[in-house]
Amino acid sequence: MDAIVIQILNGLDKGSAYALIALGLTLIFGTLGVVNFAHGALFMIGAFCAVTFSKFLNLSHIVIDETRKDFLGNPLKVEVPYIYDFFGQATGDAIIDWAVPLSIIFAIPVMIAIGFIMERGLIKHFYKRPHADQILVTFGLAIVLQEVIKYYYGANPIPTPAPAAFAGSFDFGAMLGFDPNQIIYPYWRLVYFAFAAVIIGAVFAFLQFTTFGMVVRAGMADRETVGLLGIDIDKRFTIMFGIAAAVAGLAGVMYAPINSPNYHMGMDFLVLSFVVVVVGGMGSLPGAVLAGFLLGILESFASMAVVLETLPGINQIIIYLVAIIILLTRPRGLMGRKGVMEE
Amino acid sequence: MFGLNKRDFSLLLIVAFLALAAPFILNPFPEGSAMAQFNAGYPDLMQRLVIFGIFAIGFNILFGLTGYLSFGHAAFLGVGSYAAIWMMKLLTMNVIPAIIVSVLIAGLFSLLVGWISLRRSGIYFSILTLAFAQMSYALAYSVLTPITGGETGLQPKYTDARILDAALEPGQQPRANLFGVEMNDGFELVMGNWVFTFNAGYYIAAVVMLIAFYLSIRIFRSPFGMMLRAVKSNQQRMNFTGLNSKPYTLAAFVISGMYAGLAGGLLVAMDTQVGAERMFWTASGEVVLMTILGGAGTLIGPVLGAGFIKYMENIVSKINETILEQWFAFMPDWLGDFMVAIIYPFIGKGWHLTLGLIFMLVVIFLPGGLVEGGQRIGRMFKRKQPQDNTPDASKTPAE
Repeated sequence: MDAIVIQILNGLDKGSAYALIALGLTLIFGTLGVVNFAHGALFMIGAFCAVTFSKFLNLSHIVIDETRKDFLGNPLKVEVPYIYDFFGQATGDAIIDWAVPLSIIFAIPVMIAIGFIMERGLIKHFYKRPHADQILVTFGLAIVLQEVIKYYYGANPIPTPAPAAFAGSFDFGAMLGFDPNQIIYPYWRLVYFAFAAVIIGAVFAFLQFTTFGMVVRAGMADRETVGLLGIDIDKRFTIMFGIAAAVAGLAGVMYAPINSPNYHMGMDFLVLSFVVVVVGGMGSLPGAVLAGFLLGILESFASMAVVLETLPGINQIIIYLVAIIILLTRPRGLMGRKGVMEE
Repeated sequence: MFGLNKRDFSLLLIVAFLALAAPFILNPFPEGSAMAQFNAGYPDLMQRLVIFGIFAIGFNILFGLTGYLSFGHAAFLGVGSYAAIWMMKLLTMNVIPAIIVSVLIAGLFSLLVGWISLRRSGIYFSILTLAFAQMSYALAYSVLTPITGGETGLQPKYTDARILDAALEPGQQPRANLFGVEMNDGFELVMGNWVFTFNAGYYIAAVVMLIAFYLSIRIFRSPFGMMLRAVKSNQQRMNFTGLNSKPYTLAAFVISGMYAGLAGGLLVAMDTQVGAERMFWTASGEVVLMTILGGAGTLIGPVLGAGFIKYMENIVSKINETILEQWFAFMPDWLGDFMVAIIYPFIGKGWHLTLGLIFMLVVIFLPGGLVEGGQRIGRMFKRKQPQDNTPDASKTPAE
């Protein structure tokens, strides 16, 4: 029982990331009908938003401290972050410590802006071109974004720690009523899961309970009719693209402490997220979320020692295997709608 | 000639001339001059140019004709490579059996993958092929280590049981050969300041490439090729006329898989080593880039694209900051520094950025690739002549 629970928990954080990226992909696909291969790059840019923000908080100036001497007897030069000047040392330290969660505030406008620029500047011109062209141009864009990030931040992963309050792990099993010291789980992964649940809930609530969301859903069902009713559906779809970019970006921001951001993390996640979208059903938002968590958990089950003994190497291929089986037996995916991407 | 019309035959002749004279053409700058770093006439790079040309020609038969975008072709290249290296380990260091077996094994593997993947089309087909390729990569990297060598890869050793070859001295490095002619045999022709390298391996690969190119022309012009184009333009209508398109697409898939296997076998013949990273999905993405960049659906496009990308990968990535500073040394300091600062991100390690930008520009403005670009420039010069409207594959860009 413990072993099963811990595998489910282990699957949750990766599953959350898959679900968030797949949700954004499906939003873009469902609204604009564009297959966005640059979505992984948006996830990566989100993670680098966290890096940039914490670098920004750590910007310092040099102050000469007369009370302390260095080994030559000269007054010691101390680097003091600017943030101390504004908020004092204690508050400043706290802000620097909480850099990752705070960078959400920074990432949302940045990601929405990037989404707008991408949609208006590039993807707008590709609505009438075949899907293959859309895949290719966004694939090219993903390479460009990745290389730009690599140029400015280098090829090495940049460690971006979680706030001290959430560092380390705790005995999650004891809280759930299992034997103590059986299920040790890192705090931040639980935070990530909760965060992902909130974002997913927010997106669904936005689509379900607001007028804007209603119009967008109507546009997803029948774009032309909504247009004929005198609603500027293109504008709303552009906003949805921005929101999808922000969802991917936020997924990246919060993922930074789990996996130090590097320039190719987007591509690593993108391939799997596409598989997730296809398994969930092209164009189905609940399907994307469900498949994301399902495949994340399945992946962690496959890497259990017991399973690996009987089926060696299964953890490497399980997701692809499931995708192949699902695509061949249920062509529309788990929850795919009829008539979406069927040639 | 050879069952080709005049136009195709002259195209074949041009390609043959370019391939056979490559050691001259790719070495236009004298040795030791500042421009010598742009010389691509060294054996390793020339071999790669033609081998990846074969890979892209094969990919083009699938993507260019049928429009099925496979994101997993590197798997066939990898399988072909492994088959070739095992022939070298078990049978003989002669490259002929290695290449033949690599083509056959890659063909069988692509038959299996194609039979399953071709049940879906569009993006689902892309995802299925991608999934198969990633699975092959993951398996080659982990569980299949006894067959694939895992992370270290495989190389022929003197201890291998080569049935047909004489035993080697301990420590002697087995070398790939063609009936005694070793792949890295060759001679250098010195003409004044110029040094031209002629390499046996390159010429073997070039001849194979010419045969592959000839076959692809025949496929393009055959009724079979016409069927494949029909699949691309309207599969549904084709089905309504009572034709089952599956055998045609599957045949195209297997043929392009065999081309990939051939390229993999040749790669092993040239450098006698193989690793799993050859099957990673970025390698599949690379052949997509090559084909689109050159011009999908055209005959010569994929070869041009492969040449362009491999040249960039090997030459542009070698330019570093010091070389750039030398180039702009004649300028005033501030202007030189400015130029270096602007150009630096696009060269050396940043060559992928240049590649990505060029690729995006091509997809946006030139859907027919570099070939279409060439045709547009050609048309600008002879605009006044009446346009000939003969239907020609090289003029229909991929859609």
